[in-house]
Amino acid sequence: MSRKLLELRGISKRFPGVVALDNVEFDLKAGEIHALVGENGAGKSTLLKITTGVHQLDEGSIFLGGEPVTFNNPLDAKKAGIAAIYQEHTCFPQLSISENVFMGHPLVSNRLQRIDWKGMHQRTKQLLQELEINLDPKTTMNMLNVAERQLVEIAKALSLDSKILLMDEPTSSLTIQEAERLFAVIRRLRDDGVAIVFISHRLDEVFELSDRITVLRDGKYIGTKDTKEITTQEVIRWMVGRSMDELYPKKDVPIGGELLEVKNLARHGEFREISFTVREGEILGIAGLVGAGRTEMARAIFGITPLDQGEIWLNGERTKIKSPRDALRHGIAYLPEDRQDHGLVLAMDISQNTTISILDRFKYRLLNKDQETEITEKYIELLSIRTSGCTQLARNLSGGNQQKVVLAKWMATEPRILILDEPTKGIDVQAKAAVHTLIGELAEQGLGIIIISSELPEVIGISDRILVMHEGRIAAEFKRDQATQEGILQAAIGRSGAEADAV
Amino acid sequence: MRKLLRHWEFILLILLVGVFILMSNLSPYFLNLRNLLDSTVHFTEKGVIAVCMAFIIISGNMDLSVASNMAMSAAVMGIAFRSGIGIWPSALLCLLVGMAGGLFNGLIITRVKLPAMVATLATFSLYRGIAYVLLGNQAITGYPYEFATLGQGYFPGTNIPNQFVIFIALAVIFGFILHKTTFGRSVYAIGNNEDACRYSGLPVDRIKVILFTVNGLLAGLAAVLLTSRIYSTRPNIALNYELEIITAVVLGGVSIKGGRGSMIGVVLALFLIGASRFGMSLLNIPGQMMTVVIGLMLIIAILLPQLLDRLSGKQGKTA
Repeated sequence: MSRKLLELRGISKRFPGVVALDNVEFDLKAGEIHALVGENGAGKSTLLKITTGVHQLDEGSIFLGGEPVTFNNPLDAKKAGIAAIYQEHTCFPQLSISENVFMGHPLVSNRLQRIDWKGMHQRTKQLLQELEINLDPKTTMNMLNVAERQLVEIAKALSLDSKILLMDEPTSSLTIQEAERLFAVIRRLRDDGVAIVFISHRLDEVFELSDRITVLRDGKYIGTKDTKEITTQEVIRWMVGRSMDELYPKKDVPIGGELLEVKNLARHGEFREISFTVREGEILGIAGLVGAGRTEMARAIFGITPLDQGEIWLNGERTKIKSPRDALRHGIAYLPEDRQDHGLVLAMDISQNTTISILDRFKYRLLNKDQETEITEKYIELLSIRTSGCTQLARNLSGGNQQKVVLAKWMATEPRILILDEPTKGIDVQAKAAVHTLIGELAEQGLGIIIISSELPEVIGISDRILVMHEGRIAAEFKRDQATQEGILQAAIGRSGAEADAV
Repeated sequence: MRKLLRHWEFILLILLVGVFILMSNLSPYFLNLRNLLDSTVHFTEKGVIAVCMAFIIISGNMDLSVASNMAMSAAVMGIAFRSGIGIWPSALLCLLVGMAGGLFNGLIITRVKLPAMVATLATFSLYRGIAYVLLGNQAITGYPYEFATLGQGYFPGTNIPNQFVIFIALAVIFGFILHKTTFGRSVYAIGNNEDACRYSGLPVDRIKVILFTVNGLLAGLAAVLLTSRIYSTRPNIALNYELEIITAVVLGGVSIKGGRGSMIGVVLALFLIGASRFGMSLLNIPGQMMTVVIGLMLIIAILLPQLLDRLSGKQGKTA
């Protein structure tokens, strides 16, 4: 029972500009559920990907059943009996359950290498029955709901006789009932001797399900405890760690009149009952877990997706925003979360990217090289974009500089309201600090700023006021001096009582 | 030199000069300005559509319906003329029908969100079908003499065919729009990353509708020119023109994936195809051979830069 099946010792992993994991320890026994928790960016997924051979470790060693092993690719790990179920689903929606379960290792009849459909369907049926799922193996995956697909993923892992099952946020898109059903399956697997790593943001689940808990923070190993011997409060403290450091200098900016008010915004399946205001010079932080509906809400305010319900008021006037074009005309700019797909035209140069949002302001709609260069150089200097010049292609810039170009594009439109969606995601510390300073300066100029961020220290550090979203709704609101990481995290994971602590 | 060779337009220019040298050696009638100018009518009708097709392909779209649209517009013109409303009002109607056909393409692409390839594949059948329904198997003839001057005549006081003048004028106008205006910039940006363009507030759908509508209008114009040149209307005119137009645009260096290309490249590609065709007809080489030559040119033009890359890559290693 307490035999160590998997041991990770002194694991370090660096990506360009970031240390993702720094000397991390982890072990896993047969027949246990071991929860791995930490804030976004703590290194949970990286650790998981190292274990499955997706990433290669820079330092440290992996022991499997006491023997040192190296996984050069996901296939190595698979052969060693390690199966992973990722956040994003990796199924083939047009194919049947059987085909998905046996993808990559089909049953074949000996002589002609013919696919043994009958055998595959039978074996799949058997696996599904073991998991107590009543589904026809011939059903195509796109007929199943998210929860059922997840169970099929587990059946797939079992078909490989996996002894170790890694699950990255398996419940993030499940209802409570579906999650309970999944937990029953996970418990049964544990009782059969399978070792399970369970990553989740929902601490209540972690406590309900796990035998042991390991906490990571900023890529560092914080500690491991038996679930029975630790409280939720302690785990949150471990996750948050430091007291607020002064990484985020906050300028005191006089807050002026109301710029934007939204009332009762809703969009089916994404968010509902969203009401808030933003004032001149105010920085409104929006915290919450991935999938809480923050980005969806911002996209709807910017006119990318239509609202089902609700009103948007700008400067005291009710406004309809049907497209990003409308939004920009009304002085709202939105820096999207995905800068490569939504923010930039990678194959175009810095100046073309900077002026794309203001093309209709050129005289007679004629391109004017001098004017473009002038505008671009102004922002290169203002944002200290590190580049060889205006004509460098966006694709050849580093992440931080790319983000600055997206910012330049929006600043060129001279917006009154700037919505920033994870503006510092995946950029290095220096660029991050530069972006924070810039946000402060923009607020000083009287812009109303909404910043969506999954990094709690960032949100707390630069916001005047913080809304916390949980499952599509505003779960709590904090003033700057009341905000603590603990309080926000509690509200974000939907623990009742958070509202009582706030306001 | 190597840097120049990376420019597609330069490769096309070399190929064009090559064709001129080869053909003038093979036939004494090739290097005759009058003959050369006359030969342009064989590609100018496709050329007037190609200048806009370049925009459509650069924006990451495709229009397979242009030749069918020509047939439909020409059929309507023929019937209008036969009903006695006069040739010039009929020609105007032809332009309007072509434009409507293009507008319809644009609307189904942007409203129903069908990929342009699929939408125009549907109207490719639809428009040709309408032409057959309208005309049956008959041909309409008997257009007045003054109408023929449009497609067969010369620009007053010169030896330059009217069609060629129209084509060059359009190429200059469209080239200017593509390379010098914010509209052209938007088209390139859409071809590279449509999502980012929407997020940046560009009117992506409006631009697409404009492109397809103008493409339809030019198909209508090409139908007028073609009718004026061949002096009759049948439902099967301009068969396969869409593929020849797309081939010329791609040979001109426009990326089929969108986002890249130039007007001068498209014009050079049209000249290259035109000169080759003219030269081969002088040498009595059957027309079917021409398709072989165009295919080969397309392959050469695509392979040449890659080949050079590989060569320079090897040199880079030894250096």
